[in-house]
Amino acid sequence: MGLLALFRRSQPSANLAKERLRIIVAQERGARNAPDYLPLLRRELLEVIRKYVNVDPEAVQVNVEREDGHEVLELSVSLASEKPAR
Amino acid sequence: MTEILVVTSGKGGVGKTTTSASLACGLALRGKKVAVIDFDVGLRNLDLIMGCERRVVYDFVNVIQGDCTLKQALIKDKRLESLYVLAASQTRDKDALSAEGVRKVLDELIAEGFDYILCDSPAGIEKGAHLAMYYADRAVVVVNPEVSSVRDSDRILGLLAAKTARAEKGDDKVQEYLLLTRYSPARVALGEMMSVEDVKEILGLDVIGVIPESTEVLSASNAGTPVILNEGSDVSQAYTDAVGRLLGEELPLRFTEEPKKGFFARIFGS
Repeated sequence: MGLLALFRRSQPSANLAKERLRIIVAQERGARNAPDYLPLLRRELLEVIRKYVNVDPEAVQVNVEREDGHEVLELSVSLASEKPAR
Repeated sequence: MTEILVVTSGKGGVGKTTTSASLACGLALRGKKVAVIDFDVGLRNLDLIMGCERRVVYDFVNVIQGDCTLKQALIKDKRLESLYVLAASQTRDKDALSAEGVRKVLDELIAEGFDYILCDSPAGIEKGAHLAMYYADRAVVVVNPEVSSVRDSDRILGLLAAKTARAEKGDDKVQEYLLLTRYSPARVALGEMMSVEDVKEILGLDVIGVIPESTEVLSASNAGTPVILNEGSDVSQAYTDAVGRLLGEELPLRFTEEPKKGFFARIFGS
Protein backbone atom coordinates (compact mmCIF):
# COMPACT_ATOMS: atom_id res chain seq x y z
CA MET A 1 0.00 0.00 0.00
CA GLY A 2 1.60 3.25 -1.08
CA LEU A 3 0.88 6.85 -0.26
CA LEU A 4 -1.74 7.16 -3.00
CA ALA A 5 -3.70 4.23 -1.70
CA LEU A 6 -4.22 6.08 1.56
CA PHE A 7 -6.38 8.62 -0.24
CA ARG A 8 -8.51 6.25 -2.23
CA ARG A 9 -8.96 3.42 0.20
CA SER A 10 -12.06 1.34 -0.42
CA GLN A 11 -14.68 1.02 2.28
CA PRO A 12 -13.78 -1.90 4.54
CA SER A 13 -16.37 -4.53 3.69
CA ALA A 14 -15.26 -7.57 5.69
CA ASN A 15 -17.67 -6.75 8.50
CA LEU A 16 -20.51 -6.52 6.04
CA ALA A 17 -19.64 -9.98 4.71
CA LYS A 18 -19.50 -11.39 8.21
CA GLU A 19 -22.84 -9.95 9.26
CA ARG A 20 -24.60 -11.13 6.11
CA LEU A 21 -23.15 -14.60 6.49
CA ARG A 22 -24.03 -14.81 10.13
CA ILE A 23 -27.69 -14.22 9.31
CA ILE A 24 -28.00 -16.42 6.24
CA VAL A 25 -26.05 -19.30 7.78
CA ALA A 26 -28.20 -19.23 10.91
CA GLN A 27 -31.34 -19.19 8.78
CA GLU A 28 -30.20 -22.07 6.58
CA ARG A 29 -29.12 -24.13 9.57
CA GLY A 30 -32.56 -23.62 11.06
CA ALA A 31 -34.23 -24.81 7.87
CA ARG A 32 -31.89 -27.82 7.73
CA ASN A 33 -32.94 -29.07 11.15
CA ALA A 34 -36.62 -28.38 10.62
CA PRO A 35 -39.05 -31.27 9.99
CA ASP A 36 -39.56 -32.23 6.34
CA TYR A 37 -43.26 -31.42 6.38
CA LEU A 38 -42.79 -27.71 7.12
CA PRO A 39 -42.60 -26.42 3.52
CA LEU A 40 -45.71 -28.40 2.54
CA LEU A 41 -47.59 -27.31 5.65
CA ARG A 42 -46.67 -23.75 4.92
CA ARG A 43 -47.87 -23.98 1.32
CA GLU A 44 -51.19 -25.55 2.26
CA LEU A 45 -51.80 -23.02 5.01
CA LEU A 46 -51.07 -20.28 2.54
CA GLU A 47 -53.66 -21.70 0.11
CA VAL A 48 -56.32 -21.88 2.80
CA ILE A 49 -55.62 -18.37 4.05
CA ARG A 50 -55.71 -17.02 0.53
CA LYS A 51 -59.25 -18.26 0.09
CA TYR A 52 -60.28 -15.59 2.57
CA VAL A 53 -57.56 -12.97 2.65
CA ASN A 54 -55.16 -11.78 0.03
CA VAL A 55 -51.71 -12.20 1.54
CA ASP A 56 -48.18 -12.29 0.18
CA PRO A 57 -46.44 -15.66 -0.02
CA GLU A 58 -43.95 -14.40 2.55
CA ALA A 59 -46.75 -13.43 4.93
CA VAL A 60 -47.06 -16.95 6.28
CA GLN A 61 -44.18 -18.08 8.48
CA VAL A 62 -44.04 -21.52 10.03
CA ASN A 63 -41.26 -22.38 12.44
CA VAL A 64 -40.46 -25.10 14.89
CA GLU A 65 -38.72 -23.81 17.96
CA ARG A 66 -37.06 -26.19 20.35
CA GLU A 67 -37.25 -25.14 23.94
CA ASP A 68 -35.86 -27.33 26.67
CA GLY A 69 -37.64 -30.63 26.27
CA HIS A 70 -40.52 -29.61 24.02
CA GLU A 71 -41.14 -28.24 20.57
CA VAL A 72 -43.31 -25.28 19.69
CA LEU A 73 -44.89 -24.96 16.27
CA GLU A 74 -45.00 -21.27 15.65
CA LEU A 75 -47.32 -19.90 13.00
CA SER A 76 -47.34 -16.28 12.05
CA VAL A 77 -49.53 -14.67 9.41
CA SER A 78 -49.16 -11.00 8.73
CA LEU A 79 -52.23 -9.49 7.08
CA ALA A 80 -51.90 -6.54 4.79
CA SER A 81 -54.13 -3.58 5.67
CA GLU A 82 -56.09 -4.00 2.41
CA LYS A 83 -59.53 -5.44 1.71
CA PRO A 84 -60.38 -9.17 1.54
CA ALA A 85 -59.85 -11.11 -1.71
CA ARG A 86 -63.53 -11.18 -2.65
CA MET B 1 -5.38 -48.33 11.43
CA THR B 2 -6.33 -46.66 8.21
CA GLU B 3 -7.85 -43.23 8.36
CA ILE B 4 -10.09 -41.92 5.61
CA LEU B 5 -10.01 -38.18 5.03
CA VAL B 6 -12.18 -36.19 2.67
CA VAL B 7 -11.10 -32.86 1.26
CA THR B 8 -14.27 -31.01 0.37
CA SER B 9 -15.74 -27.51 0.01
CA GLY B 10 -18.99 -27.24 -1.88
CA LYS B 11 -17.79 -24.37 -4.02
CA GLY B 12 -15.41 -25.00 -6.90
CA GLY B 13 -12.02 -23.42 -7.42
CA VAL B 14 -11.19 -22.88 -3.77
CA GLY B 15 -8.21 -25.24 -3.70
CA LYS B 16 -9.50 -28.73 -2.93
CA THR B 17 -7.21 -30.53 -5.35
CA THR B 18 -4.20 -28.36 -4.47
CA THR B 19 -4.89 -29.15 -0.82
CA SER B 20 -5.43 -32.88 -1.40
CA ALA B 21 -2.14 -33.13 -3.29
CA SER B 22 -0.19 -31.22 -0.68
CA LEU B 23 -1.68 -32.98 2.34
CA ALA B 24 -1.06 -36.36 0.70
CA CYS B 25 2.57 -35.45 -0.01
CA GLY B 26 3.00 -34.01 3.47
CA LEU B 27 1.73 -37.19 5.11
CA ALA B 28 3.96 -39.31 2.87
CA LEU B 29 6.93 -37.10 3.80
CA ARG B 30 6.21 -38.10 7.40
CA GLY B 31 6.61 -41.73 6.39
CA LYS B 32 2.91 -42.56 6.16
CA LYS B 33 1.60 -44.80 3.40
CA VAL B 34 -0.88 -42.63 1.56
CA ALA B 35 -3.36 -43.07 -1.28
CA VAL B 36 -5.05 -40.01 -2.76
CA ILE B 37 -8.19 -40.61 -4.82
CA ASP B 38 -9.77 -38.23 -7.33
CA PHE B 39 -13.58 -38.48 -7.03
CA ASP B 40 -14.28 -35.94 -9.77
CA VAL B 41 -15.58 -38.36 -12.40
CA GLY B 42 -15.56 -36.74 -15.83
CA LEU B 43 -13.31 -33.87 -14.74
CA ARG B 44 -10.08 -35.56 -13.71
CA ASN B 45 -7.47 -33.09 -12.47
CA LEU B 46 -5.61 -34.47 -9.48
CA ASP B 47 -3.26 -36.27 -11.90
CA LEU B 48 -2.19 -32.92 -13.39
CA ILE B 49 -1.60 -31.32 -10.00
CA MET B 50 0.40 -34.39 -8.92
CA GLY B 51 2.31 -34.37 -12.22
CA CYS B 52 1.42 -37.95 -13.17
CA GLU B 53 -1.12 -37.29 -15.96
CA ARG B 54 0.89 -39.21 -18.55
CA ARG B 55 1.09 -42.30 -16.40
CA VAL B 56 -2.66 -42.84 -16.00
CA VAL B 57 -3.57 -46.17 -17.60
CA TYR B 58 -6.44 -47.34 -15.43
CA ASP B 59 -8.68 -45.26 -13.20
CA PHE B 60 -11.00 -45.45 -10.20
CA VAL B 61 -14.01 -46.57 -12.25
CA ASN B 62 -11.96 -49.27 -14.01
CA VAL B 63 -11.15 -50.76 -10.58
CA ILE B 64 -14.77 -50.60 -9.45
CA GLN B 65 -15.97 -52.25 -12.65
CA GLY B 66 -13.30 -54.94 -12.46
CA ASP B 67 -11.50 -53.95 -15.68
CA CYS B 68 -8.21 -54.06 -13.79
CA THR B 69 -6.83 -54.71 -10.33
CA LEU B 70 -6.34 -51.95 -7.79
CA LYS B 71 -2.56 -52.47 -8.01
CA GLN B 72 -2.65 -51.81 -11.75
CA ALA B 73 -4.56 -48.57 -11.27
CA LEU B 74 -2.57 -47.11 -8.39
CA ILE B 75 0.08 -44.72 -9.71
CA LYS B 76 3.18 -44.70 -7.57
CA ASP B 77 4.58 -41.22 -7.03
CA LYS B 78 8.05 -40.64 -8.49
CA ARG B 79 9.15 -38.37 -5.67
CA LEU B 80 7.80 -40.05 -2.57
CA GLU B 81 8.15 -43.74 -1.87
CA SER B 82 4.92 -44.26 0.06
CA LEU B 83 2.52 -42.13 -2.02
CA TYR B 84 -0.01 -43.43 -4.54
CA VAL B 85 -2.56 -41.70 -6.77
CA LEU B 86 -5.83 -43.15 -8.04
CA ALA B 87 -7.07 -41.08 -10.96
CA ALA B 88 -10.71 -40.23 -11.68
CA SER B 89 -12.33 -41.67 -14.73
CA GLN B 90 -13.01 -39.38 -17.68
CA THR B 91 -16.24 -41.21 -18.45
CA ARG B 92 -19.36 -39.12 -18.89
CA ASP B 93 -21.43 -41.71 -17.06
CA LYS B 94 -22.31 -40.04 -13.78
CA ASP B 95 -23.48 -43.30 -12.24
CA ALA B 96 -20.12 -45.00 -12.71
CA LEU B 97 -19.42 -44.56 -8.99
CA SER B 98 -21.48 -46.44 -6.45
CA ALA B 99 -21.31 -46.64 -2.68
CA GLU B 100 -20.57 -50.40 -2.83
CA GLY B 101 -17.88 -49.87 -5.45
CA VAL B 102 -16.20 -47.16 -3.40
CA ARG B 103 -16.41 -49.32 -0.26
CA LYS B 104 -14.75 -52.21 -2.12
CA VAL B 105 -11.80 -50.05 -3.21
CA LEU B 106 -11.42 -48.53 0.26
CA ASP B 107 -11.46 -51.99 1.86
CA GLU B 108 -8.78 -53.17 -0.52
CA LEU B 109 -6.61 -50.14 0.30
CA ILE B 110 -7.12 -50.81 4.01
CA ALA B 111 -6.06 -54.43 3.46
CA GLU B 112 -2.94 -53.17 1.65
CA GLY B 113 -1.93 -51.39 4.84
CA PHE B 114 -2.40 -47.78 3.84
CA ASP B 115 -2.24 -45.35 6.77
CA TYR B 116 -4.22 -42.60 5.09
CA ILE B 117 -6.71 -42.50 2.25
CA LEU B 118 -7.43 -38.98 1.00
CA CYS B 119 -10.62 -38.47 -0.99
CA ASP B 120 -10.44 -35.40 -3.22
CA SER B 121 -14.09 -34.38 -3.59
CA PRO B 122 -15.57 -32.72 -6.66
CA ALA B 123 -17.31 -29.37 -6.23
CA GLY B 124 -21.06 -29.30 -5.71
CA ILE B 125 -23.33 -31.55 -3.68
CA GLU B 126 -24.02 -34.21 -6.29
CA LYS B 127 -23.17 -37.89 -6.24
CA GLY B 128 -19.38 -37.59 -6.54
CA ALA B 129 -19.20 -35.18 -3.61
CA HIS B 130 -21.58 -37.36 -1.63
CA LEU B 131 -19.52 -40.52 -2.20
CA ALA B 132 -16.22 -38.75 -1.49
CA MET B 133 -17.44 -37.85 2.01
CA TYR B 134 -19.57 -40.93 2.67
CA TYR B 135 -16.97 -43.16 4.35
CA ALA B 136 -14.82 -40.39 5.82
CA ASP B 137 -13.52 -40.39 9.37
CA ARG B 138 -12.38 -36.78 9.17
CA ALA B 139 -13.13 -33.93 6.80
CA VAL B 140 -10.98 -31.02 5.74
CA VAL B 141 -13.31 -28.26 4.55
CA VAL B 142 -11.46 -25.91 2.21
CA VAL B 143 -12.75 -22.35 2.37
CA ASN B 144 -11.84 -19.02 0.80
CA PRO B 145 -12.50 -16.01 3.03
CA GLU B 146 -15.34 -14.93 0.78
CA VAL B 147 -19.14 -15.05 1.17
CA SER B 148 -20.13 -17.70 -1.37
CA SER B 149 -17.41 -20.11 -0.30
CA VAL B 150 -18.30 -19.77 3.39
CA ARG B 151 -21.99 -20.30 2.75
CA ASP B 152 -21.39 -23.36 0.54
CA SER B 153 -19.08 -24.82 3.18
CA ASP B 154 -21.85 -24.59 5.70
CA ARG B 155 -24.08 -26.65 3.41
CA ILE B 156 -21.31 -29.23 3.21
CA LEU B 157 -21.14 -29.28 7.01
CA GLY B 158 -24.85 -30.09 7.03
CA LEU B 159 -24.25 -33.02 4.67
CA LEU B 160 -21.29 -34.28 6.70
CA ALA B 161 -23.53 -34.33 9.76
CA ALA B 162 -26.37 -36.19 8.03
CA LYS B 163 -25.32 -38.02 4.87
CA THR B 164 -22.27 -40.01 5.85
CA ALA B 165 -21.89 -43.63 6.94
CA ARG B 166 -20.94 -42.41 10.42
CA ALA B 167 -24.04 -40.25 10.66
CA GLU B 168 -26.33 -43.00 9.37
CA LYS B 169 -24.91 -45.63 11.71
CA GLY B 170 -24.95 -43.27 14.67
CA ASP B 171 -21.19 -43.59 15.20
CA ASP B 172 -19.05 -40.69 16.37
CA LYS B 173 -19.56 -37.84 13.97
CA VAL B 174 -17.13 -37.06 11.16
CA GLN B 175 -14.53 -34.69 12.56
CA GLU B 176 -14.49 -31.48 10.58
CA TYR B 177 -11.69 -28.99 10.17
CA LEU B 178 -11.43 -25.63 8.49
CA LEU B 179 -8.62 -24.99 6.03
CA LEU B 180 -8.58 -21.42 4.76
CA THR B 181 -6.89 -20.80 1.44
CA ARG B 182 -5.98 -17.65 -0.52
CA TYR B 183 -5.65 -15.76 2.74
CA SER B 184 -4.31 -12.26 2.48
CA PRO B 185 -3.25 -10.84 5.87
CA ALA B 186 -2.73 -7.39 4.32
CA ARG B 187 -6.32 -7.24 3.10
CA VAL B 188 -7.58 -8.56 6.42
CA ALA B 189 -5.66 -5.77 8.16
CA LEU B 190 -7.41 -3.23 5.90
CA GLY B 191 -10.80 -4.71 6.72
CA GLU B 192 -11.32 -5.83 3.15
CA MET B 193 -11.27 -9.57 3.84
CA MET B 194 -12.80 -11.67 6.59
CA SER B 195 -10.26 -12.88 9.12
CA VAL B 196 -9.56 -16.45 10.25
CA GLU B 197 -11.47 -15.64 13.42
CA ASP B 198 -14.48 -14.37 11.46
CA VAL B 199 -14.77 -17.52 9.34
CA LYS B 200 -14.08 -19.77 12.29
CA GLU B 201 -16.83 -18.08 14.25
CA ILE B 202 -19.41 -18.31 11.45
CA LEU B 203 -18.75 -21.97 10.69
CA GLY B 204 -17.87 -23.06 14.21
CA LEU B 205 -14.91 -25.20 13.14
CA ASP B 206 -11.39 -25.83 14.38
CA VAL B 207 -8.73 -24.44 12.08
CA ILE B 208 -6.33 -27.02 10.63
CA GLY B 209 -4.48 -24.57 8.40
CA VAL B 210 -4.35 -21.13 6.84
CA ILE B 211 -2.71 -20.97 3.43
CA PRO B 212 -1.61 -17.51 2.33
CA GLU B 213 -2.48 -16.17 -1.12
CA SER B 214 0.60 -16.72 -3.25
CA THR B 215 1.84 -16.91 -6.83
CA GLU B 216 3.59 -20.15 -5.78
CA VAL B 217 0.35 -22.12 -6.08
CA LEU B 218 -0.08 -21.40 -9.79
CA SER B 219 3.55 -22.01 -10.64
CA ALA B 220 3.50 -25.31 -8.75
CA SER B 221 0.40 -26.50 -10.58
CA ASN B 222 1.93 -25.34 -13.87
CA ALA B 223 4.85 -27.62 -13.11
CA GLY B 224 2.83 -30.55 -11.75
CA THR B 225 4.54 -30.34 -8.37
CA PRO B 226 2.37 -30.33 -5.26
CA VAL B 227 3.08 -26.92 -3.77
CA ILE B 228 4.09 -28.35 -0.39
CA LEU B 229 7.25 -29.64 -2.11
CA ASN B 230 8.41 -26.06 -2.89
CA GLU B 231 10.33 -26.10 0.33
CA GLY B 232 10.89 -22.82 2.11
CA SER B 233 7.92 -21.04 0.56
CA ASP B 234 5.22 -19.70 2.87
CA VAL B 235 2.58 -21.90 1.24
CA SER B 236 4.71 -25.01 1.68
CA GLN B 237 5.31 -24.21 5.34
CA ALA B 238 1.62 -23.49 5.90
CA TYR B 239 0.65 -26.87 4.40
CA THR B 240 3.40 -28.60 6.39
CA ASP B 241 1.91 -27.12 9.56
CA ALA B 242 -1.55 -28.35 8.53
CA VAL B 243 -0.14 -31.87 8.11
CA GLY B 244 1.41 -31.64 11.58
CA ARG B 245 -1.95 -30.62 13.03
CA LEU B 246 -3.67 -33.53 11.24
CA LEU B 247 -1.16 -35.77 13.02
CA GLY B 248 -2.17 -34.24 16.33
CA GLU B 249 0.59 -31.69 16.84
CA GLU B 250 -0.28 -28.34 18.38
CA LEU B 251 1.24 -25.65 16.21
CA PRO B 252 0.57 -21.91 16.28
CA LEU B 253 -0.85 -20.40 13.09
CA ARG B 254 1.70 -18.71 10.86
CA PHE B 255 1.40 -16.32 7.91
CA THR B 256 -1.80 -14.82 9.28
CA GLU B 257 -0.24 -11.48 10.21
CA GLU B 258 0.93 -8.86 7.77
CA PRO B 259 4.73 -8.78 7.66
CA LYS B 260 6.10 -5.54 9.08
CA LYS B 261 7.16 -3.25 6.26
CA GLY B 262 10.06 -0.88 6.35
CA PHE B 263 9.64 2.89 6.20
CA PHE B 264 10.24 3.19 2.44
CA ALA B 265 7.98 0.30 1.57
CA ARG B 266 5.18 1.93 3.50
CA ILE B 267 5.61 5.28 1.78
CA PHE B 268 6.14 4.07 -1.77
CA GLY B 269 4.21 0.82 -1.78
CA SER B 270 5.63 -2.61 -2.33
